[in-house]
Amino acid sequence: MTPVEIRDRVEGALPGAVLRLETEAIDPWLLVEPARIREVCRLLRDDPDLAFGSLMCLSGVDWPKENKLQVVYHLHSIERGHRIVLKADMPRDEPRVPSVESVWKFANWHEREAYDLLGIVFEGHPDLRRILLPFDWEGHPLRKDYVYPDTYRGITNKP
Amino acid sequence: MAEYTFFGGMHPNLVYALAMVFWGVVILGFVAVLGLYLIWLERKVSARIQSRYGPIYVGGKFGWLQTVADTVKLLGKEDLVPRDADRLMFNMAPAIVMIATVMTFAAIPFGPNLIIADLNIGIFYLLAVSSLGVVGIIMGGWASNNKWSLYGAMRAASQIVSYEIPVALSLIGVVMFVGSLSMAEISQFQDGGIWRWNLFRSPFLFLAGFVYFVAALAELNRTPFDLPEAESELVSGFHTEYSGMKFAFFFLAEFANMFIVAAVATAMFLGGWSGIVPHDVLPIPGVVNFLVKCWLLIVLMMWLRWTLPRLRVDQLMYVCWKVLIPVSFFLLLGVGVQMLL
Amino acid sequence: MSTPTPTEGSRTSRDGRSVTVEVKVPHVPLPPEDLDTDEMILNMGPQHPSTHGVLRLEVTTDGEIVNQVRPFIGYLHRCFEKHSEKVGYPGVVPYTDRMDYLAAMNNNHGYVVTVEKLLEMEVPERAEHIRVIVAELNRIASHLVAFGTYALDIGAVTPFLYAFRERERILDIFEMACGARLTYNYYRIGGVSGDLTPEMIGMIGEFLDYFEPKLKEYDNLLSYNKIFIERTAGVGVIPLDMALGYGITGPMLRACGMAWDLRKNDPYSIYDRFDFDLPLGEGLKGEKGDCYDRYMVRMREMAQSCRIVRQAVEQLPEGDYILPKLPKMIRPPKGAEVYVRTETPRGEMGFYIVSDGTANPWRVKVRSPCFTNLAIVPAISHGVMLADLVAIIGSIDIVLGEVDR
Repeated sequence: MTPVEIRDRVEGALPGAVLRLETEAIDPWLLVEPARIREVCRLLRDDPDLAFGSLMCLSGVDWPKENKLQVVYHLHSIERGHRIVLKADMPRDEPRVPSVESVWKFANWHEREAYDLLGIVFEGHPDLRRILLPFDWEGHPLRKDYVYPDTYRGITNKP
Repeated sequence: MAEYTFFGGMHPNLVYALAMVFWGVVILGFVAVLGLYLIWLERKVSARIQSRYGPIYVGGKFGWLQTVADTVKLLGKEDLVPRDADRLMFNMAPAIVMIATVMTFAAIPFGPNLIIADLNIGIFYLLAVSSLGVVGIIMGGWASNNKWSLYGAMRAASQIVSYEIPVALSLIGVVMFVGSLSMAEISQFQDGGIWRWNLFRSPFLFLAGFVYFVAALAELNRTPFDLPEAESELVSGFHTEYSGMKFAFFFLAEFANMFIVAAVATAMFLGGWSGIVPHDVLPIPGVVNFLVKCWLLIVLMMWLRWTLPRLRVDQLMYVCWKVLIPVSFFLLLGVGVQMLL
Repeated sequence: MSTPTPTEGSRTSRDGRSVTVEVKVPHVPLPPEDLDTDEMILNMGPQHPSTHGVLRLEVTTDGEIVNQVRPFIGYLHRCFEKHSEKVGYPGVVPYTDRMDYLAAMNNNHGYVVTVEKLLEMEVPERAEHIRVIVAELNRIASHLVAFGTYALDIGAVTPFLYAFRERERILDIFEMACGARLTYNYYRIGGVSGDLTPEMIGMIGEFLDYFEPKLKEYDNLLSYNKIFIERTAGVGVIPLDMALGYGITGPMLRACGMAWDLRKNDPYSIYDRFDFDLPLGEGLKGEKGDCYDRYMVRMREMAQSCRIVRQAVEQLPEGDYILPKLPKMIRPPKGAEVYVRTETPRGEMGFYIVSDGTANPWRVKVRSPCFTNLAIVPAISHGVMLADLVAIIGSIDIVLGEVDR
């Protein structure tokens, strides 16, 4: 299915969820309303013509100039062979998005990583805690305005 | 009796006491040299199997003095006792393991007149004393105050205690066949050529020999039964926390035990000091025959260690209780029936 | 959360360069319904001979049976994604080496293929062939490590040494090509950094002739050994639907029976020109998708990689090993972003690169196969024994550098 057909199918089942379709990019993407991302994903997985059984990649991207945090989902269907990208934009000071862990278990650790490094809170995630950084680290390092700390637990990096 | 004196005036009991001390020292020396040699042999055998050389620098082209160097290094190490460990038991554990091992050397028949204590309950004594080692292992694992050591000790305890049974059962077959518990008499019984060895005298004893060998491998905690010291899982099992000479004792005890197992197998199944042909045809000293056979069995044990993976705990117990014990009971029955016919 | 201040137990060393701090680590509590007073919580801690790196597994056991496993990672986190936003597109290549350090060529390959797609750059034919040769040789080397260390975990020490003996020969070839033995930095955006000389091609041919019979030897030594089969068959079975839900890829997915390999199903570089088979798990000894199947898939894949290398060497054309006219600065157009996935020895490695028009990438996200594969461990470790847990972790073939990046 082409990206336009995929968008139409999602629009048909969940009107208003898809805000925009960009076909000019190398990987065409759909901009999805953040609050409805879980329903969209569930539809994409369960619909037999769409059959997006695999989430390939889940990343967070920080856009400070546009004051938004973005979660990017790369989906792929093994049966149908088509790919699509979903994006969900959230305001930077309130980055909350429903978790898609119940749709694809793959998202479990990757959402934890996005939370850890970028501070995006995934609602409904069973175990949202830091995964790569120590449990008591302050801040979210992958953000563009991250300031490196001088000390951590009494260890300093200044000579 | 009291008038008879040795060396012009010494009381017989005093001389006996001195003789015991002397032979004790001889055993300890033998165990030490044996340990040095066997550790070197293990390293060479394992190296050759793994397509590398092994020790080749220390002490000439073959690295003879490598183990001596290692011993010196171990002597110089700091003797650590973990802070929360039970000090008394922690220190006693290697001693107990070593004592149990060394005591068994007294009853090994090295040659026709070369047995230090010719007990009439020879093999019974050997089995009983070597079982004391497991107490030391459990003490070591518990006293280390380390969950991983505890795991190793528990696994070792269950394994060694379970495998005592097939060991004993397979040896009882030999005892029945020969009609005596004394090690010297059993070896004497098999004297005179390969066709008189117990292994070839009865098909049941032939299989009993294999059962003994496999069960004894488990007793020794050697691969494929080396779960208690499974390096890849438990770091080092019950001797994780030991360093320096205490660790050396555990290590030495393991190699000395290897020799004991090989010696018992040789004495009970492979003819003891008997040669392949009778003594009058080819007069090789009995002790040479005995040591060569022991050496071959030890090399076989090393070969198995470096070839086979290790069994899991439940598989190990399965092999013992559901395979070896029924088989050894059946073999015992077979030996008995054969003797009646 | 505020940074905990050092307690009274903190002290500075005499030379002032190190501080020892005593901190109470809060225990992450288990849900109350799982709590049983007979259980023991064991740490297969970061330093452990068989966790293949710095992985911490908090294991709740009931005797020898494992009730729950919680992996804790992050001990090798070296901020790859943050670094790559500062060093420029070509500068990221050495960092990719260090992620999955056992298959560094494949990581390089994934990254440069992604950037070239972003730039719509065509790479010379000779460079493509060289890339495939080197990547497949590295696949063999990586599978050899997986084979050797897995045997070591199960208890057989000898295959480890044999595997590393073979690996030495591959590393000698790589050392001739790029000067390094582990982290190669061989690929460049537009080709590779150095050509393969005829001497190296000869060495590759000799290695392949030497190596292919060795695979039979390893089979005799380990693959059909009864004890090994008992330890691995039927252990850690992953059903196919669970595997797809968790995003398992690579040899693990093929062991579950699914014929999915990116080199065939989503070809990149010139893999569509080569003829090779996909070994699949068949459940011959236990169930389909168990540890034994994963092990056998890797063993058979080594033979297939040898085939690919032979074909690539035969078809190696003359030409440039790198684009003769490279742009002075690598600057993809603003707003361009792409996700490209490649098949590394551990699975599907994907690079998602977002460009903002400058010489530094705006965001580089690595979809790491080991990170994804490791997430399935808690789900398949209920009721296994401790020794089985070691076998399961070994069969996933993790490299912590890739898990933590």
